[in-house]
Amino acid sequence: MTVLTVPMAETGAASITRRTRVLRRLRRNPLAVVSFVVLALAAAIALLSPWIAPYSVDQTDFARTFAPPGTPGHLLGTDDLGRDVLSRIMLGARASLQVGLLAVATSLVIGVPLGLAAGYFRAWDAVISRFTDLLLAFPFLIMAVGLAAIRGASLGNAAVAIGIAQIPGVIRVVRSDTLRLKSLDFVAAAVVDGASDLWVLARHILPNATSVILVQATVAIPAAILGEAVLSFLGLGIQPPSPSLGTMLATAQQFAARAPWAAVLPGVVIMGLALAFNVFGDALRDALDPKGDRR
Amino acid sequence: MARYLLTRAWQSALTLLLSTIVVFFGVRALPGDPALALAGEDRSPEALEAIRRHYGLDQPLPVQFAQYVERMVQGDFGVSIRTGTPVSSMLTTALPVTVELSVLAILLATALGVGAGVLAAVRRGRPAEWVANGMALIGLSVPHFWLGLLAILYLSVATGLFPASGFVPILEDPVDNLHHIVLPAVILGTGLAAIIMRQTRSAMLDSLSSDYVRTAKAKGLRPRAVITQHALRNSLIVVVTVVGLQLGGLISGAVVTEQIFGLPGFGKMTIDAVFQRDYPVIQAVVLLTATAYIVINFLVDLLYSVIDPRIRVTGDPA
Repeated sequence: MTVLTVPMAETGAASITRRTRVLRRLRRNPLAVVSFVVLALAAAIALLSPWIAPYSVDQTDFARTFAPPGTPGHLLGTDDLGRDVLSRIMLGARASLQVGLLAVATSLVIGVPLGLAAGYFRAWDAVISRFTDLLLAFPFLIMAVGLAAIRGASLGNAAVAIGIAQIPGVIRVVRSDTLRLKSLDFVAAAVVDGASDLWVLARHILPNATSVILVQATVAIPAAILGEAVLSFLGLGIQPPSPSLGTMLATAQQFAARAPWAAVLPGVVIMGLALAFNVFGDALRDALDPKGDRR
Repeated sequence: MARYLLTRAWQSALTLLLSTIVVFFGVRALPGDPALALAGEDRSPEALEAIRRHYGLDQPLPVQFAQYVERMVQGDFGVSIRTGTPVSSMLTTALPVTVELSVLAILLATALGVGAGVLAAVRRGRPAEWVANGMALIGLSVPHFWLGLLAILYLSVATGLFPASGFVPILEDPVDNLHHIVLPAVILGTGLAAIIMRQTRSAMLDSLSSDYVRTAKAKGLRPRAVITQHALRNSLIVVVTVVGLQLGGLISGAVVTEQIFGLPGFGKMTIDAVFQRDYPVIQAVVLLTATAYIVINFLVDLLYSVIDPRIRVTGDPA
């Protein structure tokens, strides 16, 4: 089964059946469906939040600070400055998703070509492996600390630091899949046919590696979302007054005795987002697994 | 074996050199005059001149780099801009806290992760597996600093079961020390436990379906012995790799955990340094983290050959 499906994925007809099979498996997995719906909802809310949030994120109301959840007009209550928590959570989730996508885009743009090169050209493998080792030696938080020291703390710098830290993972996954694909007959056939290295990589290897890249991206996004929350919590990410779930928790920590709910809600949202991505990533991995039907 | 070790040693040394170069140029990319940054409070022209001479800032770059490496090797990381204390002595007080926290977290995470991973693999398709899988997914998705916040709020402040913050050195009072560090270590360990659990589970599933496990079962070995002596032993290498690779994540996690629980460790020192723009401290922290990561992962590779004799023969990790 394994040996047969992979080379056939190259021809157009087979790749369509493969896609329908993957989609069918996803549709039959209730966890996949639920997590997908949650993610779609979150994406819609994040996209539309500037228009559908009940209040402006900066709108303070000093007469009503620390209103508990359920207060009329403030479904999730207000914070220390009387700002609407629901509105700030919506905009904060938007920022989380932005960082998640930006970080993963950064890691893919740099990591995919390097992974392809490392797997395809033997001579490049050693050099790229040292580069990977070097990146791994700087944990994302230390990378973010360095970037914040040099360029200042911001959403963009946080995303870049997280993205750079995720490059080794992308390189590793793409490299090993390239090694696997390179040894298959259809690649050898293309080479015999006179195809250039670049052509083989772009037309034969990359399209067949998309599934592992997709799975890698799905697990990297929640990691980046958690990373952003950590950095913003520490003051190294999104800067106040811009709303971020991480900074909301940092503020809530100071007032935790007075308004414990403020320390709960943003965390639940972060966890919900990350959980939905992780569950969907797992389901996607299972659905793409050629051995999936047996398991 | 010797060749494999030599290759790995050479690779580690090269990575170490590269990361030192990165930090060296990173420091030069910092805004402002390094002499001014190193000077601290005394910023008279004579003091600046003396610093430039002492740190060789008037020398060409390769010479500067050689001197830089020499100072680092001797443990001279300069002086904190804010406090005037040598960075090396700040590290001496901060590092034991972080090392203790990390070691405890790794131990907890390994026990929990391997246990749950084996359970999930052995009880395949039964409620125990679903529970273990679900816990692991939540462990991967929960922001740990938030878990720490909740723990302080609902365990420390509300019940007084654990101290909410602070630290007591282990030599001063071992019991009180443990009392202060156990909650942060549990919080820090949960994320790592989730990752170890998932890797252990999939490695165990692979081993359990392998021929040698079938053989072991066929010759009538007790199931318990098959699991621990055959399947688990071969899955251990995965666990060791994961712990080595997650070290970076663990260091990041320790920084945050210390910040939340007010532990006077490496992480708190790092964050304070960033906000005070204490460049010598930041530089030492970054360089030290990179060195620790490289050295420990080299040691992990050595461990492989102990766990898996095949590596000793072929020189190639499976």
